[in-house]
Amino acid sequence: MLQVVMFNLTNGLIVGAFYVLMALWLSMIINLSNVVNFAHGNFLALGGYFAFTLTPYIGFWGALLVSPILTAVFGYVIEQLMIKHVYARNHIYSLLLTFGLGFILQDVCRYIWGPSPLPLGIPDILSTPLTPDLFFITWYRVFMVAVVIVAVSGLFAFLRFTRVGMRIRAGTLDLDTVSALGVNVAALRSYNFAVGSYLAGLAGVLAAGQIGLNPNMGDDLIMPSFIAIIVGGVGSLTGTLLGGLLIGVAAALTTVVLPSASEAVIYVIMAIVLLLRPRGLLGEEGMLS
Amino acid sequence: MNGLTVNKYATTAIIWILLLSAPFWLPLLGGYTALAGRVLVFALAAMSFNMLLGFTGVMSFGHAAYFGLGAYGCGLFLKFVTASTPLAIIAGTLLGGVAGTLFGLLLVRRRGVYFAMVTIAFGQVCFYIAYKWDDFTGGYDGLRGFVRAPLDFGLFKIDITNNANAFYFFIVAIFGLAAAAQAFILRSPFGRTMLAIRENERRARFLGLPVERHIWLSFSISCFFTALAGSLYALLNNFADPLGLNYIMSGNIVMITVMGGMRSFWGPLVGAVLFVMLQDYVSSMTTNWMFFVGLTFVCVVLFFPRGLMGMLQKGART
Repeated sequence: MLQVVMFNLTNGLIVGAFYVLMALWLSMIINLSNVVNFAHGNFLALGGYFAFTLTPYIGFWGALLVSPILTAVFGYVIEQLMIKHVYARNHIYSLLLTFGLGFILQDVCRYIWGPSPLPLGIPDILSTPLTPDLFFITWYRVFMVAVVIVAVSGLFAFLRFTRVGMRIRAGTLDLDTVSALGVNVAALRSYNFAVGSYLAGLAGVLAAGQIGLNPNMGDDLIMPSFIAIIVGGVGSLTGTLLGGLLIGVAAALTTVVLPSASEAVIYVIMAIVLLLRPRGLLGEEGMLS
Repeated sequence: MNGLTVNKYATTAIIWILLLSAPFWLPLLGGYTALAGRVLVFALAAMSFNMLLGFTGVMSFGHAAYFGLGAYGCGLFLKFVTASTPLAIIAGTLLGGVAGTLFGLLLVRRRGVYFAMVTIAFGQVCFYIAYKWDDFTGGYDGLRGFVRAPLDFGLFKIDITNNANAFYFFIVAIFGLAAAAQAFILRSPFGRTMLAIRENERRARFLGLPVERHIWLSFSISCFFTALAGSLYALLNNFADPLGLNYIMSGNIVMITVMGGMRSFWGPLVGAVLFVMLQDYVSSMTTNWMFFVGLTFVCVVLFFPRGLMGMLQKGART
């Protein structure tokens, strides 16, 4: 029993870590640009596929470094080509735009890399279990969690200590004032989008090492990352972090007791939060409303 | 004013003439009557959605839920309760409408992006239930095993089961009633209040209008109509599809509305014509339909955000 709980708990933490990565990006874009990105699952897939193509040349470690950067560059280009044109418009347009973009990216992945699942080779050292007792915890799982922790700490440090990060945070609170103080808001939003795409690319490489690649591998993450934001509270990145971990672990622990309800539980959590604390766990009242 | 009014009546007349004569001219263009039925069903769903988006200024991205619930309600009623088409439509409409009304209670205090995100999540709840509840809803395969029953008026029967044209006219009739009801609501003082909220929510609030209650009512009405469209969809296919509940369906409804023109009453109908044609054409030409549909979405948003009707009206209205 303990093993089952442990197994699901680690699963939950890992799944939660992915929710966190994806939801943080979404949350950053919502905060600064007021855009809900529907294509984030496809950016994740793209990051994974980049890694798949790069691995034969530069190995897994090289791909882990380069692929998220490529995804970030791609994100920057997409932002410049499409998304920045809808910032000033009704939200419906950004939703539709990224929705259509998701369709396009998914079919492009299918066209280039084929519809069938592909494996991403990981170094042998990472595929061995930690100890024989805890056979289900491979080093890869530990590694994933470590990478996510480093990435998330890096993101928070970036937002806290760098000039661009500080401006992003300020822009979240009051974009007009930031703009009036002479900050180039358009560029700020582009950096923000690119940084977020980096996270998606990173999540893509990590996920591909664990579950392999397929063109709609990101689809399962779309809803949970929305819910992570709603639960954590729109406007708060710490809230998003908490929300992602909470629903990941809750879903995994529910698997122990009642496997068929494991996905339902995240919606139940959302409904409870909306009923008792509509602004989300750490959200501020009046944010984006 | 007179010119505009005449224009309006002319538009409405042309639309009805085209709709009523569709079974006669559509086969000449290589279409089939069920295609026209699909256009009308999507048009009704999008027009209902547009009461919210275009006329109240509130964005929902989860209307597939009420559309799909309508379809399932209708199908389950026909399958398990009794074979009566009108009653099944009422059952479907009630299921979707009541669900929307209840969800609306949780939604009304949210705005903008947040509102949209919560509506998406609620939509996925319904999808998820239909998907998982295998023995009742048919799960992934969808709900089968029901057929639309002939209309029985006591004195005479209309066979909408096998006669495609009769069923098409049945859809046209319901579409007409629903459109008339929507036009009536939009012209009523309540409808004018919705417009006021769309134009300036803060001012509406200062005037003492209960904004939340109006948005909730508007959401609820919109859901009832959407569920009605969903019921018709189940009857049209004799099948309720879990994908009809999925957020992709919600995206399609939004797209139909925007493509046709969200500030125009008939815009969504025009959008539905374009959308169904595109879907039918692209999926018959290539397996990469997602690419082309996605490209259309992107192009419409970037280059034609006002939709077809919006572009036509450009000169006529401010």
